[in-house]
Amino acid sequence: MGIPRFWRETPSRYNLIGTKCGNCGTIHFPPRVVCPSCHRKSIGKMERIHLSNEGTVVSYSIVHDAPHSFKMQKPYAIAMIELEGCCRLTAPIIDCDPSDVKIGMKVEATFRKLGEQEKDDVIHYGYKFRPARSER
Amino acid sequence: MDVGIVSYGGYIPRWRIKPQDIAKTWGVDGDAISRGLNIVSKSVPSPDEDVITISVEATRNLLKKVQIDPKDIGAIYVGSESHPYAVKPTATVVAEAIEASPDLTAADYEFACKAGTAAIQTCMGLVASDMVKYGIAVGSDTSQGAPGDPLEYSASAGGAAFLLGKEKVVAKINETLSYTTDTPDFWRREGQTYPKHGGRFTGEPAYFKHVLTCAKNLFQRTGTGPEDYQYAVFHQPNGKFPVSAGKKLGFSIDQIKTGLLVPRIGNTYSGAVLLGLAAILDIADPDERVFVVGYGSGAGSDAFDITVRDEIENTRTDKCPTIEEMVESNNFVDYATYAKFRGKILM
Amino acid sequence: MRDVAIIGVGDTKFGELWDRSFRDIGIEAGLEALEDAGITGQQIDALFIGNMSAGKFIEQEHVAALVADYSGLSPRHIPAYRIEAAGACGAAALACAHMSVSSGTYNIVVVGGAEKMTDVGDTEAAEILSATADQEWESVFGATFASLYAMMARRHMHEYGTTREQMAAVAVKNHKNGSLNPSAQYQREINKDLVLGAPPVAEPLGLFDCAPLSDGGAAVVLCPLDVAKKFTDTPIKIAGYGQASDTLALHDRRDITTMDATVLAAKRALHNAKLATKDVDLAEVHDNFTITEIIAIEDLGFFEKGKGGPASEEGRTALNAEISINTSGGLKARGQPVGATGLAQVVEVFRQLQGDCGDRQVDGAEIGLTHSLGGTGASSVVHIFRRAD
Repeated sequence: MGIPRFWRETPSRYNLIGTKCGNCGTIHFPPRVVCPSCHRKSIGKMERIHLSNEGTVVSYSIVHDAPHSFKMQKPYAIAMIELEGCCRLTAPIIDCDPSDVKIGMKVEATFRKLGEQEKDDVIHYGYKFRPARSER
Repeated sequence: MDVGIVSYGGYIPRWRIKPQDIAKTWGVDGDAISRGLNIVSKSVPSPDEDVITISVEATRNLLKKVQIDPKDIGAIYVGSESHPYAVKPTATVVAEAIEASPDLTAADYEFACKAGTAAIQTCMGLVASDMVKYGIAVGSDTSQGAPGDPLEYSASAGGAAFLLGKEKVVAKINETLSYTTDTPDFWRREGQTYPKHGGRFTGEPAYFKHVLTCAKNLFQRTGTGPEDYQYAVFHQPNGKFPVSAGKKLGFSIDQIKTGLLVPRIGNTYSGAVLLGLAAILDIADPDERVFVVGYGSGAGSDAFDITVRDEIENTRTDKCPTIEEMVESNNFVDYATYAKFRGKILM
Repeated sequence: MRDVAIIGVGDTKFGELWDRSFRDIGIEAGLEALEDAGITGQQIDALFIGNMSAGKFIEQEHVAALVADYSGLSPRHIPAYRIEAAGACGAAALACAHMSVSSGTYNIVVVGGAEKMTDVGDTEAAEILSATADQEWESVFGATFASLYAMMARRHMHEYGTTREQMAAVAVKNHKNGSLNPSAQYQREINKDLVLGAPPVAEPLGLFDCAPLSDGGAAVVLCPLDVAKKFTDTPIKIAGYGQASDTLALHDRRDITTMDATVLAAKRALHNAKLATKDVDLAEVHDNFTITEIIAIEDLGFFEKGKGGPASEEGRTALNAEISINTSGGLKARGQPVGATGLAQVVEVFRQLQGDCGDRQVDGAEIGLTHSLGGTGASSVVHIFRRAD
């Protein structure tokens, strides 16, 4: 994976930065330039904001056929997560047995390695989620 | 010098392995090793954890305990002997991950197991001289012992981060001093995967000489003795050395036990004495005094005399787990899984 | 705008075609289609190629020109276009070709689809397929293509009580149909226990819930309807088409148990054709995973939302049952060479409407529908075909 391609996304991958439409208030992740609801009226008004690092599992799968970067962790849980009060994203659920993941489970963001092309290449970092303290 | 700890945070990976499981692989008596080292389990990082992720987690836990603007952090130093990169700093990732960048200074430290305490001293100097408002010092490691080496039973993963400043201090650092010599007890050459060590040479002329001398120098400088401290924490390469050093200095087991985490999580190297201090701060009452002596092979010791303040109550939060909660874990892996997680299998 | 008809089709066998290159399979299907239509290369005005990822699978881009060249058309210098819409690229190529004939730009065009997937390893192939999802915000985080569909399945199970047994029924039915199709990758029947007991790929989906990796090609020949009878007694009219897009990432969808793009594409196609779902005699739907067929037959309007699972299990989608779904064997049994998939569906519907399907013939087939998906539903293409004899 190209270094700049990953590097330019680090604010959102490290700190869950999204955008809020200055016109209708809808929050998007990752940041968008145009709001799908407000179109032209939103241009120039997409304000960068921090999203909540807590969310709820909407759906999930336990991956057995894993891509190269995730081979060491299989089987692992991957989930669609609804962040509190905003939008959804996709991330692994770690620090629990994959079979403990459930729809409706509360989760919180953590900081992990996402991958590296080869052992001597740049390491990519970003969010993964773990069960919230209330779930442990 | 009115500098102190403004906040602190730790992080310990959830996986554990027992010395017995390691010993079984190498055909030695695990129970004897466990007794000899006073270690019942050690922490193991997941394949997606390294010094950078541990440092970020510890630093974020630190920030959950205090209300400050990350932009007021003027320096970040991360001490480790297992930085994921030989060249490219851990500290820049930490700075970005807590949104302290770009207007700050940052660097990585290495001094075997005392790089974290060295980072604290550096931050103290920067804060005291008003070069920065706040500084963050992290000690963090995912250390490795060569397969079958005695170090494999203790080398583990974890880290702690400390925010140093003059405002909102929750534990004042009354005094710090160091003791440093050229003593080659443990090393890892450039490009080598595993460290080597001088066996029994790591004990008397290395660990004990430096820890005890440094501790005595601090007693002398501050005019204190063991009876003036409620807690003492020493670098803990195993469960025996710190207890022995503590006794020689006149500390009781009651003073030492809170900060003695190595029996349950192993030696977290640069994180070890700092995690011990963090565990103490989790429970210490205002006005209690803490005696800290770190040690790094090569060799040197840094000692600290710390007094807990009333403001410590402000750091008590359920937004992040306590050190004790992180130490307690029943997620054991076997040696094969451990070897996979730690990259000890040729792939 | 002119009405457009299909006058000939061709396909290769789908499967692991170790001794055949991308060039071989692309050309074989095209030549068969020409022969079927009774035309020669001299009569072709343009070539449209559906291909998803030759650049990654065989490290060759610019495949439209390549196919034109190796089909022997280089001396004629005809225009050749490649259309990419992930899994829907074959169907999207047909849509573009259709527009070109309908508009009067070209008269006779060949639409071909081909993919050569087995020149790379399984893990690499799976990673290439994952690139049709949101690479930056899904795949990078460990979401595989199968796991995204598994999340749809899990949510469908959660909201509608759909079961793994119902999903297994889709695989069993499609393998049964595939056993009757000589072009199919898998021409053997399987039973429910085999599907349920298969190794997990991305829970709740197991190996037999997933379409295979395949090599293959398919092609069709289009011309204006008013001249179609010159080439065949039974031209098949493209009665309607609809195409719709949606968010690239699954997590940005309004609802992950339905595909708005499919609902809209079907609505547009039916409106276009002045037909209703109930008029359709058979449908080839995108069943890259078993859950996908269940969601598709709901979104296309054959069954109420949430009833696709029970309908599949009760046999209502079997050959000559209430609605014959995937008589070719679908992606599951016929195979899924991505670029060819959408056109292979058209080949099947063409043959069904011409009454050429032997043991798997749908009785009295007059109107057929094809439904092709790209990614996790960010592209959906629906075509409706009708006998025009």
